[in-house]
Amino acid sequence: MVVINWLPMLIEGLRLTLIVGVLVIVFATLIGLAGGITLLWGPRVARLLVRAYVDFIRGIPVLVLIFAVYYIPSGFGASIDAPTAAILALSVFAGAQISEIVRGGIGSLPAGQLEAAKGIGLTSLQRFRLIILPLSLPRMMPPWANTVVEIIKGTALASLIGVTEFLYQTQAAVGTTFDPIPFYFLAAAVYFILGIGLSQIAAVVERRYRYLEY
Amino acid sequence: MIEVEGIHKTYGTREVLRGVDLHVEPRAALVVLGPSGSGKSTLLRCVAALEPFEAGRVTIDGEQIGYREDGGRRKRLPEGTLAHQRSEIGMVFQSFNLFPHMTALQNVMLGLVHVRKQPKDVARATAMEWLARVGLGDRGDAFPAQLSGGQQQRVAIARACATKPKVVLLDEVTSALDPELVGEVLKVIKDLSLAGVTMLVVTHEVLFAREVAHEVVFIDEGAIVESGTPDDILTNPRTERFQAFLKRYSNVSMRTS
Repeated sequence: MVVINWLPMLIEGLRLTLIVGVLVIVFATLIGLAGGITLLWGPRVARLLVRAYVDFIRGIPVLVLIFAVYYIPSGFGASIDAPTAAILALSVFAGAQISEIVRGGIGSLPAGQLEAAKGIGLTSLQRFRLIILPLSLPRMMPPWANTVVEIIKGTALASLIGVTEFLYQTQAAVGTTFDPIPFYFLAAAVYFILGIGLSQIAAVVERRYRYLEY
Repeated sequence: MIEVEGIHKTYGTREVLRGVDLHVEPRAALVVLGPSGSGKSTLLRCVAALEPFEAGRVTIDGEQIGYREDGGRRKRLPEGTLAHQRSEIGMVFQSFNLFPHMTALQNVMLGLVHVRKQPKDVARATAMEWLARVGLGDRGDAFPAQLSGGQQQRVAIARACATKPKVVLLDEVTSALDPELVGEVLKVIKDLSLAGVTMLVVTHEVLFAREVAHEVVFIDEGAIVESGTPDDILTNPRTERFQAFLKRYSNVSMRTS
């Protein structure tokens, strides 16, 4: 079977997909935590800036963002390599979504429990660490897992600026063998398994914390 | 000792508190009665440094709560100072507000460990003592969701008292309970009162006021309408509004036995 011959390249591509994916998940989560916290408690100016960032990013297709980050620097005589551009664009994109997830997750906590935390005399930092974070993380888990799956699927777009990730290698194989069916089937199956796997992990974690719904 | 002088509080254009004065002697229990919407819960939240207010002063054992006066101008205290003041004020809420991710014991230990900075084993012993005192010595490992409303409220009372605050404020603590669970909570509060805890209690349990209050204040539409010793004003209410209130609420049952 032809696929076998291409396996080393496909695995190499998958490796890059996973590296890009994991880096984007980490960066986007950090951006999202900072963004969400700013939306909730930041000074007015910072809040407006983050709000503008979130609304702007949500309004444009992620592919446009990837092209913009990759091609615009060249207009100014600078350059950015393709994987970096893809990681940056996807992080900024998913970071906007996670900002909203963080804001919503914390914002939907029962006000009474936050008030009780105040009433005990905990400082704002203690309230965040001991009460707000442990109560809101399980709430953020399902939408965050959605975004993570989106990110993994989104890495495929990086092939369009020449990042040699999984879909790029798949297309290279198809372009040489003129045999699209097995390769695209394989690609679909791989993305599907990654997505389902991540959703399942998230579902397990969510069930583990179900008792917090109170 | 709690001293409240001329508190004014508005939400938008609505004046919720219109100059309220209170005075709670050390080791005494002041019960504030009033219909819903009378402003009594807001009053409690102002005293607890949970809510800003426009005018007036609250002092607890001589320390002004929530604000400082700076050359005639009144300034809200910074968050850190507020946190410290709140640690000297035990607050019990209508809806218990236990932390669902912690066991009953952990709920009670939280303030001891993180506010009072006690070593864990000392805090655990104190917390166990308090759980026993509210009749839940054997439920320390239960999560709030595994406890009945009355049990949750008793844990909340233990949580508020364990850090030995200067005063304890109770906000409608039995309103969210099934009638058959009210008695067990009121009994705990009565024991606290007998033990000499300084308390400010907001409620509409008239019979409870009669039993534990050293003084009763009746509030309506954000102002004090009547005040006096329970024996006096609960028996001989002077104003029509208080008479109507008593008539409406005195059939609310109480079982402290």
